[in-house]
Amino acid sequence: MSSNKESTQKTIIVALLLCLVCSIVVAASVVLLRPIQEKNKALNLKVNILAAAGILKEGSSADEVEKTFERITAKLVDLNTGEYVSAEMLGLKEAIDYDQKKASKDPKLSKVLTGDQDIAGIKRREQYAKVYLLEENDVVETIIVPVHGYGLWSTLYGFVALENDANTVAGFGFYQHAETPGLGGEVDNPKWKAQWPGKKIYDLSAGEEPVIKLVKGGVNLTRPDAVYGVDGLSGATLTGRGVTNLLHFWMGDNGFQKYLSRMREGA
Amino acid sequence: MSDTSIKKVLLDPIATNNPIALQILGICSALAVTTSLKLSIVMTIAVCLVTAFSSMSVSMIRNHIPSSIRIIVQMTIIASLVIVVDQLLRAFAYDLSKQLSVFVGLIITNCIVMGRAEAFAMKNGPGMSFVDGIGNGLGYGAMLIAVAFVREFLGSGSLFGVEILTTVNNGGWYQPNGLLLLPPSAFFIIGLIIWGLRAWKTEQKEPVDFKMKAHVTREAF
Repeated sequence: MSSNKESTQKTIIVALLLCLVCSIVVAASVVLLRPIQEKNKALNLKVNILAAAGILKEGSSADEVEKTFERITAKLVDLNTGEYVSAEMLGLKEAIDYDQKKASKDPKLSKVLTGDQDIAGIKRREQYAKVYLLEENDVVETIIVPVHGYGLWSTLYGFVALENDANTVAGFGFYQHAETPGLGGEVDNPKWKAQWPGKKIYDLSAGEEPVIKLVKGGVNLTRPDAVYGVDGLSGATLTGRGVTNLLHFWMGDNGFQKYLSRMREGA
Repeated sequence: MSDTSIKKVLLDPIATNNPIALQILGICSALAVTTSLKLSIVMTIAVCLVTAFSSMSVSMIRNHIPSSIRIIVQMTIIASLVIVVDQLLRAFAYDLSKQLSVFVGLIITNCIVMGRAEAFAMKNGPGMSFVDGIGNGLGYGAMLIAVAFVREFLGSGSLFGVEILTTVNNGGWYQPNGLLLLPPSAFFIIGLIIWGLRAWKTEQKEPVDFKMKAHVTREAF
């Protein structure tokens, strides 16, 4: 090796050695930390499902969350027919293993939405959705369905929990979004979320289209339709519009409408 | 950098030679993460670690780095460390890493890290470079925390997420200032801090590049 550090030979050796060392460090950190990260991610999802269903106690430890989550069963729903499908049909061992986010990007498992269908701004919709049921002595108590849609800056991912009439909201919350903190980010505000339980998605006397929406300036509680409205967030008109739209999409014809009406008839 | 006492290297970047206020580096992340104190502190720790360890590593191999590829070598080291920090955050501070998400990755492009590697670590020993990295990380952090304090306090009425001024949304009296939650507000705050700093330490003032000529012709009315 020449002693001159500027020689081509030396340059190549330094570059190769550096790449080798750096790639080992990076690879090691990724591989070693992956199990912990996966656990965090799975736990985070469970916490949010339980929070939407309203059965999460404040400050529960990881073990408590796992234990409470045992009360919940995951099932797969064909959004086109509203019927349950077995996990085996999709080549999976259990329904909980189904990755809905991945499926929504897979051309084989999803369809492209046309402009007027796509009110939530999500471009593609997966054929199968994973729903979570909270059952008490084999009777469904709460139905928890995943929703997502575009707000102002980002796609919001969340869960809507419905009571066993498949119409009354039991809880609603987002687990992933990047809206402006303090404005659109107030969708995480517990006071705002506390308004949702008891609201109704559909006005069943008028039809099967979802009517729930965020009301700019606040809901007038004396009006008869107050049960279909939730206070809008001040300074977050566009995020609010996104929330209304994603609810209309997922509770509508392209979403869980067929499934939920089945649940109403069956229940 | 002829004076190399540890104290000077460590503390100088905080006020006298602040990377944000004097060198005007690392502004973009200072705008992005300063909406809350908690995020700012995590970001400070991340930048401190990355700057310190990258400066140390660069310094250790500084006599072997061919000058033709030195920037790439520094970049590779910094990028690797940033990935490690990101992975650590995801494993041990999942909620915070979700909020910081892209900004941790962007430490790679934070000019402070590279600036220190190029300006200090290439000429000094590993120990000193490590201290310099920590010092500059702290200087960056001091600025971040000052900005975040104003933004979170007046923008959300809280500090560290604990409500201090009860906001209108929660049934109180304080109408939060929405502008302070948006990135441009950090420009104003950083500008004011720089003004204050230069009024206090007048040697930081830069000479005027050119003088405005006096107006001679009377235009319009």
